[in-house]
Amino acid sequence: MPSSPRTAVGFEAWNETAARAIAARFAKMPGGLIPALHAMQSAFGFVPQPSIAILADAFNLSRAEVHGVAHFYHDFRHDGPPGRRVLKLCRAEACQAVGSGALADMVRRRLKVNWGETGVDGEWTLEQTFCLGLCACGPAAMLDGRPLARLDEEKLAALLDGAR
Amino acid sequence: MTKPLRARLPKDAAAIALGAEATADALIDAATKAEIALTLTRTGSRGLFWLEPLLEVETKSGWTAYGPVDAAQAAGVLDAACSGKPHPLALGPIEDHPFFKRQTRLTFARCGTIDPTSLQDYAQSGGLKGLKRAIDIGPAAVLDEVTRSGLRGRGGAGFPTGIKWRGAAEAKGDRKYVACNADEGDSGTYADRMLMEGDPFLLIEGMIVAGVAIGSDVGFVYIRSEYPHAIAAMETAIEAARAEGLLGRKVMGSQYAFDIEIRVGAGSYVCGEETALLESLEGKRGIVRAKPPLPVHSGLFGRPTIVNNVLSFAAVPTILERGAAFYADFGSAKSRGTMPIQLAGDIRHGGLFEAGFGPTLGELVNEIGGGSSSGRPIRAVQVGGPLGAYFPPALFDTPFEYEAFAAKGGLIGHGGIVVFNDTVNLADQARFAMEFCAIESCGKCTPCRIGAVRGMEVVDRIRGTRDRDLQIALLRDLCDIMRSGSLCALGGFVPYPVLSALDHFPEDFAR
Repeated sequence: MPSSPRTAVGFEAWNETAARAIAARFAKMPGGLIPALHAMQSAFGFVPQPSIAILADAFNLSRAEVHGVAHFYHDFRHDGPPGRRVLKLCRAEACQAVGSGALADMVRRRLKVNWGETGVDGEWTLEQTFCLGLCACGPAAMLDGRPLARLDEEKLAALLDGAR
Repeated sequence: MTKPLRARLPKDAAAIALGAEATADALIDAATKAEIALTLTRTGSRGLFWLEPLLEVETKSGWTAYGPVDAAQAAGVLDAACSGKPHPLALGPIEDHPFFKRQTRLTFARCGTIDPTSLQDYAQSGGLKGLKRAIDIGPAAVLDEVTRSGLRGRGGAGFPTGIKWRGAAEAKGDRKYVACNADEGDSGTYADRMLMEGDPFLLIEGMIVAGVAIGSDVGFVYIRSEYPHAIAAMETAIEAARAEGLLGRKVMGSQYAFDIEIRVGAGSYVCGEETALLESLEGKRGIVRAKPPLPVHSGLFGRPTIVNNVLSFAAVPTILERGAAFYADFGSAKSRGTMPIQLAGDIRHGGLFEAGFGPTLGELVNEIGGGSSSGRPIRAVQVGGPLGAYFPPALFDTPFEYEAFAAKGGLIGHGGIVVFNDTVNLADQARFAMEFCAIESCGKCTPCRIGAVRGMEVVDRIRGTRDRDLQIALLRDLCDIMRSGSLCALGGFVPYPVLSALDHFPEDFAR
């Protein structure tokens, strides 16, 4: 697999000019704040704190309002870009019914991270998700944007070990 | 000598997850080596997921299917398809497959048979006839047709679509909006995703008809971020529709203007609730609004707005093309038309089953779904997503329709059925329902925001304490408050899974 745009190398370092350009691009769009936050995250890998003030300025909102939106939605990261690899494991009912609970325990143990965290070596970010729409072939996950189905401990371990 | 061969292979996200990309590469490779001029169309899925990647090949006697075809099998299957030799993966025409034959495919008739990027394919396979008729007969007749079809909102609430549309049509506003709810967050459901990936022009056509009916020239599709393949498919289809004059200032050369914009969600389940969705479209936190005012009077940016599910819009072109009576002829009692039912979890034949309302839960799970895939006994099914009730096999005689499920303390929701085997603990599931509600609560109303957290604690205490009866009474009381005191279905419906678990599986709470 080629490296996906989600890997840390694909993200820009923080720079105010780029952030202002993003904010300006969406400021006129009705309801453009969430698209702007998505754009911030796809540029920097997360929504850096200084971008909140920049968005507030561009959208004529208070910083509190922008902060509120950025923190309401589970997708937006705030503490830094993700690891080189991002695993999103489905924890919803249809996957629970076919054993995702055991996979969730195993993956946290192996990667030594909890949901939403990145390992100390910066390699893996683990996220929980509630349904990828792959409910007829669970347990399901998304690895660097690639959907995975019918996972078991063996397959998942091989992916974690052999990744890259 | 090169032999021409036409074949179809899904690029549906589930098919990709099951190896369709490797299969496609292997097929192209094998065709080159065998000097076959292969035309491989990447389609949506037929919805028989235990057979994905499902390859369909055109033969002299029609299309025939093979599945599941992994990369290693590709060359052998191709050889068999060309020579007419038997192959262990051969399934015959998919329309004759027992899982398919019992279905009535109206909404999903085209899904899996056409190239979802090609408007031409869509039109050639019968698309756009509904819209043409809508343009001919005008808004009043369209509203009449949709109302008489008996179509009810397929997102879960089951509100009559025609009445909703009429409300927006009659509302005063300088601008009106058509909003499509593609925030398919219920576990066990994937019909919206399949449709957007496999037949996106059908959704676009349905939304344009809605625009004609209510007098709107702009639509939004709110798609969850967990569906990147659906987002990409819809983007491609909308661009093609603009390029070919289906969307724009003169829809198909008529006096109607309509355009569609995609907005991507950001991982919030509650944004599937229509007023939270509107807030999110406005760029705000997805906080539920109190009703009234209803969205049809004051919705997006304060303008009259209809919010409908993907499947509701997608049912409309059929209703317009073939008439309200044709559609209403399917189904039962007050549940008219067809419902795309989604079989999920521990089930042998997991997939999309579109049929008129009315088959029983037991028929769907055991006959059509083939029982559990693990071979273990089925202990419970959850119908209607995370806010749906858990039914034991004793309730398998319940017909799949709105009223029958309500009468048994459940709901059909968006049509997802999740099968659990005998290893499930329903007290765990009840606790999870509360945990999920706590994670996803928008926080506006107290019964949901606080109640979900207290609910988790009470379930824990029931399982660990000596005064169980008191704690159970407390849980029932809490559920009563959440049901009657919450603003929306998140807090209001979480008692369904919790109380059904408690009522039907009390022994699990003693463990």
